[in-house]
Amino acid sequence: MGFIHPYDRPNSYIGRTLPRSRAMRAVAGRGRYTDDITPPRTLHAAFVRSPYAHAKILNIDTAAAKAAPGVKLVMTGAELAEICTGPWVGTLKVFDNMKAEPQYPMAVDRACWHGEPVVMVVAETRAQAEDAGEMVMVEYEELPVVIRKEKAIEPGSPVIHPNLGDNIAWEKVIGTGDVEKAFAEADHVLEETFEFGRHTAVSLEPRIVLSEYDPGTEKLTIHTSSQCPHMIETVFARTLGVPEHKVRIVAPDVGGSFGLKIHTFGDEIAATAAAIKLARPVKFVADRLESFVSDIHARENRVKAKIGIMNDGTLVAAEIDDLSGVGAYSQYPRTSVFEANQILHISFGPYKHPNYRAKATVVYLNAVPTSQYRAVGHPIGISVAEYMMDWAADVTGLDPFDIRRKNVMEDDSYPRIIGSGLPMKDLSHQACLEKLRTLMNYDDLRAEQAELRKKGIYRGIGVAGFIKGTAPSPVGYYGAGGARIAAQDATTVKLEPSGGVIVSLGVTDQGQGVDTVMEQIAAAAIGCSTDMVRAISGDTDATPYGGGTYASRATAIGGEATYQAALDLRREILHMAGILLQKDAEELDIVDGNVVDFGSSEARIPLSEIGRIGHFQLGELPNDYQPVLSHTRRYRLQDSPYIYTNGIHGAYVEVDVDTGWIKHLKHWVVEDCGRIINPQLADEQIRGGCVQGLGGALYEHCIYDDAGQLQNGTMADYVTPMAFEMPDIEVGHVETPTSESELGAKGAGESGTGAAPGVMMNAVNDAIKPLTSGRVKEQPITPEVVLKALGKI
Amino acid sequence: MSEEMVTVNMTVNGENVTKTIPVRMHLVDFVRTELGFTGSHLGCEHGVCGACSVRVDGDVVRGCLILAAQAEGAEVVTIEGLTDTGEISDLQDKFVERNALQCGFCTPGMLMTAAELLAQKSDMSREDIREFMSGNYCRCTGYHAIVDAIESVNNTRLKG
Repeated sequence: MGFIHPYDRPNSYIGRTLPRSRAMRAVAGRGRYTDDITPPRTLHAAFVRSPYAHAKILNIDTAAAKAAPGVKLVMTGAELAEICTGPWVGTLKVFDNMKAEPQYPMAVDRACWHGEPVVMVVAETRAQAEDAGEMVMVEYEELPVVIRKEKAIEPGSPVIHPNLGDNIAWEKVIGTGDVEKAFAEADHVLEETFEFGRHTAVSLEPRIVLSEYDPGTEKLTIHTSSQCPHMIETVFARTLGVPEHKVRIVAPDVGGSFGLKIHTFGDEIAATAAAIKLARPVKFVADRLESFVSDIHARENRVKAKIGIMNDGTLVAAEIDDLSGVGAYSQYPRTSVFEANQILHISFGPYKHPNYRAKATVVYLNAVPTSQYRAVGHPIGISVAEYMMDWAADVTGLDPFDIRRKNVMEDDSYPRIIGSGLPMKDLSHQACLEKLRTLMNYDDLRAEQAELRKKGIYRGIGVAGFIKGTAPSPVGYYGAGGARIAAQDATTVKLEPSGGVIVSLGVTDQGQGVDTVMEQIAAAAIGCSTDMVRAISGDTDATPYGGGTYASRATAIGGEATYQAALDLRREILHMAGILLQKDAEELDIVDGNVVDFGSSEARIPLSEIGRIGHFQLGELPNDYQPVLSHTRRYRLQDSPYIYTNGIHGAYVEVDVDTGWIKHLKHWVVEDCGRIINPQLADEQIRGGCVQGLGGALYEHCIYDDAGQLQNGTMADYVTPMAFEMPDIEVGHVETPTSESELGAKGAGESGTGAAPGVMMNAVNDAIKPLTSGRVKEQPITPEVVLKALGKI
Repeated sequence: MSEEMVTVNMTVNGENVTKTIPVRMHLVDFVRTELGFTGSHLGCEHGVCGACSVRVDGDVVRGCLILAAQAEGAEVVTIEGLTDTGEISDLQDKFVERNALQCGFCTPGMLMTAAELLAQKSDMSREDIREFMSGNYCRCTGYHAIVDAIESVNNTRLKG
């Protein structure tokens, strides 16, 4: 008698591949994205953006634009500032001594990056709004531009925001042990400097808002492509002075997000202000050209690294010094220093070196603001550490697998604290490492590599281990930092009169399969088929307040809330069935949507009958029992700052040593995201994440000239990975459920992106090793970078 | 400056349509906003991403690079039309089964291109598939599952 864990039941939905209902809609062309929705009388906004990286706005003449066909409103940044509640400031209290300039939705008297919105035009059609935008005359006076991070910290550099005193946003040093002593005592000390280029999300569906205001009810409804509806509801409400409970955010289908769609964008605030002012729906879609100069960018780091190694390959000390070039402002409300903070904390994270020191310096530039993008900071920290580990292997004559075997934290050694001070638990570096070695047939690959080298074919094998922070807690950053960003999440699970189950989620689905995963968890916990369960997400009027989907948290945090809420509903169903059957609830079970005697599968009462009685035939129940049949649970991480995951990538590449061209032949990942709910969806998160990481490693680069002009802001010039360049990706798992929750799921969405750049850099360096003492230490690894390492240019 | 207009006639998804529209309107905007076929998407508006792919007189073209007026008299098929005729139902089913899409924004264009490839009815390697599909950008899947789905449908069709 009693309770069998849903994941221990035969044919459980937990651990089963099921298709996604959203996918069935999308393949038929019936996806419903925000731009597919156009209410009557919708107007369209377009923006005049700064052509300069830094310029004073002397005068704006909007007369001709206002008189242009179809135009309903022309608004300058100064005019918008008057109807907004004031500038926002992108700081968090947890980042000591961080400095940030207040930011308005559009430039008021000064533009600080190429692409900053300056004037908004609202017209009957987008084409008319753009036509009129060209008639707006803005007189600028150019100001000195700060665009190179190394120069931004030099004495005498122009200062972007004079109120801040200098261009430094934040400095931080962390560490344990005594690195100086360890370096002095080490057999080998290795030092290197790395460069990581700036890149951006390029979600295929651009940013978009469709804002509607009803002056009668004073209700503001915004359809928007967002990962975090509740967070952005708060942002819109507070910046526009609308009470938060009168704002509804709907995120319908979202065409890719990757961290881009968790931030505040001034053009979206402006378009919404126009909807309130005009009392007509206003739609704003960022076109691709303006996406490149207004979507958040990410990365742009120079990292100096130093390690101490003993002759037997033991890592005794590691030190990094990061210089991050962020944009003109600190992105609100998550800040632009998070990436640097992550680099400090996760670099060399798999290893048990006793001495660690890490320093970050974050500087403002006259460029698009940077902020959280898939795998925040991890690609940089992992690339640096794994490069250094491979170099240490070379110096000590060890194989890359062997040096990692020697230095990773043992699987039976948790809980423990790593050098950056972070607590680790439930990790499996050793198991993942051995599994990867088998999966990639490592010895055979090495033999093939050696054979081919004799024929002048240069192939390289890379490995790169990692830790990845997922599912942040409220104590670490956002809540404690003062930002109104929920680290908890909530799910309501309710039984309908039909016996069907509705699951309302605070977390959201951008195609990862969150809805399906939650339906599986609820069905498994209750004991019914997934056909009887329907998830609702992405609507703040229909879902409990939650943080949404960011930082690989949906299944880890929202999944536990769903699991517990579904168990509550299950308990109530059994309680009611016990009354109706005059049995102890402990003697009953739910199987396939029927209440049964425990241990049997014979139906006693179907859920449809529980639903009917619970909603309509309450006279059959005793007076002291009022059925609820709707249960909400919240879940937050408690003691740990994150649920850490781990894993390791392998890569096999061929380098054309004459052209520098890299052909990626095969990619492997073994990772541990804890309990897996839907294996196919988990694998596809890993695969998609890898390719996004490989894009940054090989091709993607937002290139600025010295005047702060973005040189390649089109999809033709900014190169993203396409099918032909990318390899097949084999995925394996080690499942160590997290001890933080009952469900045991960890995050899976970002670990592909986090480690793919590092494994690519190691594979390329392994390929060219016979020909040169030079190494690739720069990303993206363009053919030019490879040829430089080969000493050919 | 008044908008210059033109009256266009064409067949879209099997039905004759006549509309008076701005001369500068692109075909993808025409099918989306004038006809409500919102399955074709706008991703880059300069012919790189492939999300707007539609079929015009049998060829897959970029809906953002052709004006609606250029399709005068043409037979245009969008993802909705392909769905209604059942022409690619096996491919659509396989995309769902294999999870060859995540956000779904690229998917209609991806299916349009894949349908053209599969119409060749020939043996093809994964490399061949990857090369043919390289004009369609997907940020979510990493392409592996898309290649799996197309390969599987091709194998099934060749056997059938």
